[in-house]
Order: sequence, then C-alpha cells, then structure tokens
Amino acid sequence: MFFLNHIWIIPLLPALGAALMFFFGRKLSKSAVSFFCVGLVVVAFVFSCLTVLQYTGWAAAHNHQPFEKIVYTWLGSDTSNLGYLTHSGRAADFHVDAGFLLDPLSAIWLLFVTGVGMLIHIYSIGYMAHEGGYYRFFGYMNLFMFTMLTLVLGNNYVMLFVGWEGVGLCSYLLIGFYFLKKSATNAANKAFIVNRIGDAGFLLGMFTIAWYLGSFRFTQITEVARSGRLSTGDPTITLACLLLFVGACGKSAQVPLYVWLPDAMEGPTPVSALIHAATMVTAGVYMVARSNALFVLAPEAMKTVAIIGAVTAIFAASIGLVQNDIKRVLAYSTVSQLGYMFLALGVGAFAAGVFHVFTHAFFKALLFLGAGSVIHALSSEQDMRHMGALVHKIPTTFKTMLIATLAIAGIFPFAGFFSKDEILWQAWSADNGAYRALWYIGYATAFMTAFYMFRLMYLTFWSPSRVEHEVEHHIHESPKSMTIPLIVLAFFSLFAGFLGWPHSLKGSNRFEKFLEPVFAREATQFDKSGKEAQLAAAKKEEEHANPTEYFLMILSLGAAFAGWGLAKRSYGKAAEGYTEPIAATAPPAYRVLYNKWYVDEAYDYLFTGRRKLGPVRLGAMGAGEAAWAVDANFVDGGVNGAGWTTRALAKLSVWWDTWIIDGLLVNGIAYSTRPLSWLTRMIQWGLVQWYALVMVAGILGFVLYYIFR
Amino acid sequence: MPQNYVPIFIFIAVVAILIPLTLGIAKLVRPEKPEKAKLMPYECGVDPIGDSRQRYTVRFYIVAILFVIFDVETIFLFPWAVLYKALAWFGFIEMMIFLTILIVGYVWVWKKGALEWI
Amino acid sequence: MIQAVDYIRVLPEIVLTLFGVAIMMVEGALPPRASRKPLGWLAFVGTLAALAATVYQAGYPGMAFFGMVRVDSFSIFFHFLIAFIAALVVLSSFEYLDAQQIRGGEYYGLILFGAVGMVLMSSAVELVLIFIALEISSISTYVLAGFRRRAPSSIESSIKYFLLGSFATAFFLYGVALIFGATGSTRIYMIAETIQGGKHSAMVFTAVALMFVGIGFKIAAAPFHVWTPDVYEGAPAPVVGLMSTAPKAAAFAVLLRIFFAAATPGWFWPVWISAALSMTLGNISALVQDNVKRLLAYSSIAHAGYLLVAFAAARDIGISAAMFYTAAYALMNVGAFAVVSHFASAGERYVTLEDYAGLGRRSPVLAATLTIFLLSLIGIPITGGFFAKFYVFSAALKSNLVWLVIIAVVNSAIAAYYYLRIIVLMYMRDAREPAPTVQNVSAPLGVALALTVAATIYLGVLPGRVLDYASRGAALLVR
Repeated sequence: MFFLNHIWIIPLLPALGAALMFFFGRKLSKSAVSFFCVGLVVVAFVFSCLTVLQYTGWAAAHNHQPFEKIVYTWLGSDTSNLGYLTHSGRAADFHVDAGFLLDPLSAIWLLFVTGVGMLIHIYSIGYMAHEGGYYRFFGYMNLFMFTMLTLVLGNNYVMLFVGWEGVGLCSYLLIGFYFLKKSATNAANKAFIVNRIGDAGFLLGMFTIAWYLGSFRFTQITEVARSGRLSTGDPTITLACLLLFVGACGKSAQVPLYVWLPDAMEGPTPVSALIHAATMVTAGVYMVARSNALFVLAPEAMKTVAIIGAVTAIFAASIGLVQNDIKRVLAYSTVSQLGYMFLALGVGAFAAGVFHVFTHAFFKALLFLGAGSVIHALSSEQDMRHMGALVHKIPTTFKTMLIATLAIAGIFPFAGFFSKDEILWQAWSADNGAYRALWYIGYATAFMTAFYMFRLMYLTFWSPSRVEHEVEHHIHESPKSMTIPLIVLAFFSLFAGFLGWPHSLKGSNRFEKFLEPVFAREATQFDKSGKEAQLAAAKKEEEHANPTEYFLMILSLGAAFAGWGLAKRSYGKAAEGYTEPIAATAPPAYRVLYNKWYVDEAYDYLFTGRRKLGPVRLGAMGAGEAAWAVDANFVDGGVNGAGWTTRALAKLSVWWDTWIIDGLLVNGIAYSTRPLSWLTRMIQWGLVQWYALVMVAGILGFVLYYIFR
Repeated sequence: MPQNYVPIFIFIAVVAILIPLTLGIAKLVRPEKPEKAKLMPYECGVDPIGDSRQRYTVRFYIVAILFVIFDVETIFLFPWAVLYKALAWFGFIEMMIFLTILIVGYVWVWKKGALEWI
Repeated sequence: MIQAVDYIRVLPEIVLTLFGVAIMMVEGALPPRASRKPLGWLAFVGTLAALAATVYQAGYPGMAFFGMVRVDSFSIFFHFLIAFIAALVVLSSFEYLDAQQIRGGEYYGLILFGAVGMVLMSSAVELVLIFIALEISSISTYVLAGFRRRAPSSIESSIKYFLLGSFATAFFLYGVALIFGATGSTRIYMIAETIQGGKHSAMVFTAVALMFVGIGFKIAAAPFHVWTPDVYEGAPAPVVGLMSTAPKAAAFAVLLRIFFAAATPGWFWPVWISAALSMTLGNISALVQDNVKRLLAYSSIAHAGYLLVAFAAARDIGISAAMFYTAAYALMNVGAFAVVSHFASAGERYVTLEDYAGLGRRSPVLAATLTIFLLSLIGIPITGGFFAKFYVFSAALKSNLVWLVIIAVVNSAIAAYYYLRIIVLMYMRDAREPAPTVQNVSAPLGVALALTVAATIYLGVLPGRVLDYASRGAALLVR
C-alpha cells in the first residue's frame, strides 16, 4: 500500500525537477540538467507502474472501487466556514481537497503520460543537445509533467482545472520556446487565447455542476448522477455537459477551436510529440470520459460530441491531404484522430475512445519523434518537397516510422487497427444504427488517413531525392538517445493493440474489461429507461461475433490499402517539381484545402477583426474600435470635465498651499504637490503634542458618539 | 451616591481652611530676619546661579528613577506585611520571587555602573 | 486556592521571564568588549522553550490564579504566534546588531520581557492584569525603539512612542475604572454576565470607547495611529518587525476578549469607522512615501483596518478570520522587516525606495524573498495574505457589511500600487551609482527568512488547519 498511499509523490517528482531548474538551472551543466529532469521522470514512471500494480491488487479486494487519497483540505475548511447555496436551496460546503483519484481511467492516463513522457524526455537529450536554453526546456517539460499528472490524478474538477490551466501554460511556454522567432510567439499567443475560450466554457460547466449537484468531487458527482434521481435529458445537466465540452474542444483541438494546434508546431519537435500529440490534447477526452456519468444523462450533449468529433475528423484529414510541412501533416492528423476519439465518446463507446487515446499516444508520439529525427537529419528542413530517398540513410527512423504509419492507417495487426476499428464498429452499431451516418464520415476519414500518411512516407523516404545539395552531405542517423525511444515506441505501436483484441476475433478485449468499473455502471441505470439503454449496452460487447462486424473490418482494411495504393501511385516517383494529384484534377478544391478551408482568414474577419469585412471591422478589434469611438465621443467629455475639476482643485490647492500650509505651518509641510499626501501631511507633521491632539479628537468623537447616541 | 462624597468635601474644606490658617499664624508668630542665603531657592545643594533651564548631568535622573523603583517596591511590601500571617508560606515565596527579580535589576544596575557618580 | 496547574497555565510567561532575567545577569557579568551573540542564542533558546511550554500548556486548559488567567485554544493560538515572532526577531537581530555596532545584551532581554507582557495579554481575563501586561509589553518596546542610541531619529522615536503610549494607556486604565464602576467587576466573564443581564448605562459605553482608545493605539488604528510612521522610521528595523506584529496580535486578542467575551455593547460603529479610516488613511498616505520603513508603517495601519473589518463582521466567523489574519500578517511583516533590516546596513543608510532599485539583479534571492512578502501583503493567491483577506472579506460579506467590504476592496487595489512599486523598482530599474552594497545573508537571518517564507506560503496553500484551529478558539471565546 505504500505506493498507493503516497500517490501524491508522483506529480511532485517532476515538480521538484522544475523547481530545481527554476532556481539553479542556469548554473547546472547540461549533463546535470538531463540527470535531474530525465531521472525524476523515470522515477515517476517506475513509481506509477508500481502504484497501478498495487491498485489492481487493491481494487480486486475492494469491489473495483476507485482509490481516493485526500492529502489535505485545499480550499475551504473543515468547519463549514465557507459555503454556497445550491440549485435546490440547500447550503453546500465550498470544499475542495488536494485529493488524488486512481481508477482504471486515470491509471491508463498515468501510465502512458509517464511512460511516453519518459521516452520523450530521453529523446530530448539528443534532440536538444545543441540548442540554447537547455535547462529552460527541461524545466518547462518537467513542469508540464507535473501539471499533466495533477490533471490526471486530481479527484475533483478544481484540481483538474488547475492541471488543465497548468498544461495550457506549459504549452504556451513551450510553443514559444524559440521566443526570438515572431511566428513562434504568435503561435504561442494563439494557442493560449483559443484555449482560454475553451477554459471559460469549462469553468462555467464546472460551476454549473457545483451549483446543481453541490460538489466538485468526481466520486460524489458520479454517485449522484448514477443514483437515478436525475432524469435523462435534464436541461441543466445537458447545459453543463455542453459547457464542459466547449472546454474539451479548446484543449483537444476540435472544430471550431482546433486552429491553434497546427500552429503549435512552432515549438521544438519533442514538445509537439509530448504535448500536442500524445498527452495534453487528450485531456479533453479524459475530462469527458471522467464525466461520463453526467454525459449519459444528456443525450443531446452526447450527440453534439459525436457530430463535432466526426466533423473534426474528416475536416482535419482533408486539410492534411495537401500540406507540405511534415509536422503540419502530423498536426492535422492529430486533430483528425482526436475527432475519432470524440466520435467514440459521443456514441457512448467510452472505452473505445480511451483505447484509441492509448494507442494513439504511442504511434503519434512515434511519428512526431520520427519526424523530429528526419528534421534533425536534414538540418532543420521541414518541407517534404525537399526530402526524399531517405530510406537507407536513416534506416532506424524509417523502420520505426513505417510501423507507426501502418498503425495509424489501421492495418492489421498494428495498434491503430484495433482501436480505430472498434470506434467504427461502435459508430455503426450504437443505438441501433442511429449514428450510421457518422460511420460513413469515419470510414472516409480512414481512407484519407491512409492516403496522407503514406503520402508522407513516400515523399520522405521512398521517392527520388529532392534534398538540397549542401544538406545532402550532412544527413546522418540520430544518436542512440533518440533512436532508442523510437524503437520502444515502435514496439508499443505494434503490440499495444493486442490489449484490446476484440471478442469477434476470439480475443478477450482486456482493455475494455479493465475500464469496466469506470463506465459500465451506468448500464444499470439505463436498464430502467428502455431505449437509451442501448447507448450504454452497445458497449457491452455481444459475445457472439456479428457477421457485419467482420464485413466492416475487411472494408476498413480495404480503405487503408486503397489509400496506400493511391499514395504509391501518386508519389512513388515524385521527382523534383512533381504535381499534386488533387491539384491536377481539381485545382479549386486543392486551393481550398491548401489554404485550410480559409478558416484562419474567416476567423480574422469575424472574431479577431484583423481583417476588415468591407468597411466594417468585426470581432475583438472591431469591438475595440467601437469602444474607442464611444470613448472619443462620450467618455472624453467626462474626462475633460474631470480634467477641468482637477484644474479647479489644483487652483484651490495652490491657494491652500500658499496661504494655509506655507503661510501657517511653515515648517510642517514639505515639497510634494501630490494632492493625496495632504491628508497625511495634515496629520503627520511630527510634533508629538499634535499627535496627542489628534488622538484626543478621536477620543472625543468616540465618547461623544456614545453619550449622544 | 452623592452622600459618599461628603467626606471628600469635608476634606477639601479642611484643607482650604487649615493651610491659610497655619501660614497666617506662623507669619504672626515667627521672627523675621531675612538674609541672602535664607532667601535662595533650594535646588539639591547646587548653587542656584544662572538660568534654571540648564543641563543637569543625567545621573540625577538615573538615581531618581532608581529611587522611585525601590520606593514603589516598599509599597508592595506593605500589604504583604499586613497580611503576612494569612498568606503564610505562599505569600512569603511569592514575595521572595518578586524581590529576587528586583534584586536582579539592582545587580544589573550596579554592574552597569549606574550607581557610580562620574 | 492556588495549585500546581496554575503555574502550568502561566508557564510560557515564567519561562520567558527566567530567560530574560538570566540574560540580564549574564549581560552584567560579561566584560564590556565581549560579543553579545551568546545572549542572543540564550534568548532564542528561551523563545523555543516558550514555544514548547505553550504546546505543553495546551493540555491544561482552564482558569488560573483566581480566574485572572485563562488558557484555551484562543490564548494558545496567540501564545504560539507571539513566541514564534519573538524567535524570528531574535534570529534576524544578530546580524543587524553587528552591522549597527550595537553591543547591548539587554536588547535580547527586552525582547523576552516584551514577549512576557504580550503573552500575558492574550491569556489574561481580568482587566487590571491586562493593563499590567500591556504596560510590561509597552515599556520594553519603548526602550527597544530607542536602541540605536547614536541616531537622533531613534531617540525621537522612543520618546514619541513613550509619551503617546502612556497617554493612550492612561485612557485604557480610565476605561477599566469606568467599567468597574458600571459593572462592579474587572473580570471579563463577570462583566459579561452583568452586561447581558442589565441595561447599558452611558458609563459602559464610555468605558468601551476609552478602552478602545488604549488598544487602538497599540494596533495603530486610525485615529490613534499618528505615532506609527515616526516611530517605525526611527526604531531599529528588527524591532519594528517585532512591534508591528506581536504587540498588535496581543492587542487584538485583548480587543477580541473585551468585545466578544465580555459582550460589551455598542462597539460596532466606532470599529466600522475606525476600520474605514485606518484602511483609507493608511493606504493613501503610503502612496507618497519614499522611505520603506515609513511605507511599511502606513501599510501596517492599513492592515489594522482590514483586521477591524473582521471585528465588525459577525462573531463566529469574524473572530476566526481576524485570528487567521493576525497570524498571516504577522509572519509576512516580520519577514519584510527582516529583509529591510538586512538591507539597511550600518546606520540604516539604505532605507529609501531609491536604494531598492535594481536589487533584483544584485541580490536575487533577497529580492525574491521580499517580493513574496510584498505579494502576500497585497493578497495575491498562494500566499497567506490572500486567504487572510479572503476570509475577512467573506466574513464581512456574510454579515452584510457590503459598504465596508467595498471600501476594503478599493483599498486593497490602492495598496497594490505601492507594494508593486517596490517590486517594480527592484526588478525593472537600474541601481543608482554607486549601488548600495548588499552583504551576504548570515545563517540565522537566512533561517528566519526561510521560516517566514515557508510560513507565508504554507498559510496560502494549506490554510485549512490554521483556520480550523482559529475557529475552535473563536468558538470557545464566545461560548
């Protein structure tokens, strides 16, 4: 029980590293920095593994309850000093603990956050070796690990929010790591501001929940939600869930708040891998999954989640088809895969969504790290038009990236196949096929994914070389510290999917079984309410395989291979000056996709107001201009009036100064003209008798008050 | 309530009458032979020459303060002396503690040289 | 009759007195040229012993000495706080006395004697005893204020403090006399019974007003705050750290007992007015100060105002909020003055705001420490100052003191300006030439600063435990 009882140590380990870097980082050598920062994350990983191991033992003995460890009361007090009134008029304590929650859901996040985080830290030793601000980088990374673990392990919404904001801050700091680059700082600001919009939604959702249910704590909220006292479709719950989902949209880059993630690629590549692919962006998924008990009470919110997820998936994939920057392709692919996850959550297949988060963490981190390795080899070249024929020059990178590509494309038996197929099957079958339209979207996305991923592979590795001449000489395989994480991640990209081997293929889907205590219980509640029971029951896998399921499986494998084949035909021989097939067949479509559906421009017109819509400026800057106009025309009148009053007062002050102060109290008053100081100077002129007199005046005042009251 | 003040009024009346009376009688009875030394105001034995607002050595004040402290000490001793039997050992020990603290102060003053003139 | 447990209930006082007396004796025995450091350590051990005595004493709550002293969670809270402050001040004085070339072991003895008075103030429940305790603490601080004997400003400070202090305590005594006349007792709990039973004569009200004057002087609440800037400016910086915190805490304890335990009537509006006046006068005057010690003096007036806001609030939560505020304020202020005393150097040369320019570059750790204290004084989250203000304001809001809270919040905003000014100076201005030299921080001062920073952050991160203790004390106080 030691590890379980000391679970709070896990986030503190990287926090210690961050604190060390903050205070002493500048004075430490690079090797010392890597020793502390990477070492602490390794320790955190080992600690997490042991903790989860202990949890499984503990849970078996305790009816698979979540484990909660409350360290101390963080906000509020034990004596009901602070409270608020809930929706029902009952007084509730404002009480938030610094408490930690470990259940299968947070255990999964805990393991892959520390595990993938550890690998990326190791990778960064090599990748960042020649960069300035080495200690700063690792300090931020450790700070990120701390906040991410707080987010995952917190036992209430407020702790989750602290982590949520913390990872946002770290993401901001790391995107803007090269702060001398204008584009990097712009991207950092964009990420932060867009995330704030989401955060506002999250905060409101959180307060709505607290107001409605009287608690911030997950276990209590889940208990109330599953007690059956609340009706399905309760409008307040729906509102709260939608607000929470707005937050998830911001953090997990869903339409319409996804715009910051592609730009976030300005940060160093390990950052993209860790924060903007594997861990932080899945926080939204985590939060929705964590709130599953509430979401199942709000079918409308679930529907919204599913639709937004599907739309995001295909929308981002379509943009990814034509991008040329290797990291940008991966960024859009991330957005698209996150869409898949939300699609799964939305159709009620929480376990499938979480499973995809899990597998995605490995292969997407691997893809980013591989891309980083490619960029490293090509002396910071990121444009795929200037790559090609790297297959023999950086073989390890190639092999590992190929595995990741096969995984993301969903080719049997790589990890992505299992998770993606599960999602598609759920989209097909959930709620008796009510979401079947979304299956078509998901299916099309699967095809697109295979296409753009193999496009990336062909352009980078197999097609004839388009590398610039002076770069060509320097191409080299990355150091061991970078390739070993790649190999480890490749191993997981290959085998992690086996954990969720579906029943239909004679497996046992241990992953879903593991998560059952978190998600399954609502099924009991749904048994009472008839039709909706399907929503949750769909997740309850039928023991006998459905022939449709095999058919769909083969269909999606077909899509993956079709995408591969198409990519091979189009880019297999892409020499210097090759043409994009889409540009060749449909130039307008290509332009739209290449310009990312003009979303950034639209936002500039509508929301930021950086561009004018005709003579009118809308959005934030428009509001600024409007405010300025009001200011100039109305407020300034008031200001001038105030100015006039001030001048009159100043005249008075001159008079007072000359005649009363200087005239009467020559030595008492010094030089300042700041009118506020009169008061002080009137009282405080140093003469002890005068002080006594002031006190006497006070006494007289008080005594008179009492006598004549 | 007012009747409680009667003794005070009597006391004031007595003072108001008695002092002029005694001074008056003395004036009538005593022989008057004024000379310079007799008419000089008494100022602790120092020649009263010059402005009275001159600077004194600070030692006067130190001695005066010390005197006051040990004078006040005796005030505390009186009630104890009156109730000596009733307070018994408890009173005795308490008073010894009190005196010890004062004696510590006295020793300190002595050691610091505050009792040395010059 | 008197029993052994009675002595346990005044154990911290006894311990502090013994150590104080021992220091005075050793001081007399030491040759004049010898270092006085050992005396300081003796005093430090004394404060630690007093802390231990307080903890021990907590197991023996109850009345002692014919109902003149009362040990309960309330007084334990203040005992602990005062002894802790005294320990911190002793720690931060070693280096200061060296730098100022003050060689007087009495300094440490006086700190202990002062602490005796303050500790007694918080546990006494009899007005004459409270008065005596008040005098014990006051006289020690009068002398301490004048300890930089060669500096005229220090002498001025001492004399002013003494004159006005005796003036104010005289009023307190007068108030005690009147309340005795009105109720026939000087025991707080007996006064409470009489007052709750009968109707209130003008005499009781006047007595409350007069006692408020005496205490108001100690806590520097307007309009009895006038002495503060002059005295703080001249007194030695660590002493200011002491007298801006510990006697205030003790005086607040007395005020809480008089208002709430004795259930005296009619204090609401005077406290309201005094709170509003203190905050406003304190903060506005602080805006124009150039001298850091004066600035902190006005800030301490303002903080007395915030504290009185808690008094004006309802009993149950107001008292605990006030207690929490006292603790948080004391710790951050002692810390701030410890930094100021270190930076002041020989003869307290560097005490103007100018001198703090560029401190962030020259001495980053010291500047960061001071920044933490200033942020806490502003009331920024994760510092004790934040929760202190938060609890006080929420207590006041619960009692519907909307206007007072508005005044307080506006004042907090004003206050942020002058605290931030110091931070801005430290980090964003270059030092003037030649830059004031900053000595290395000695180990005891370092320990004191580390303790205060840790305590300030502790109260900001884990306020629950201290607040709970305060709530328990408050509950006992009103019964």
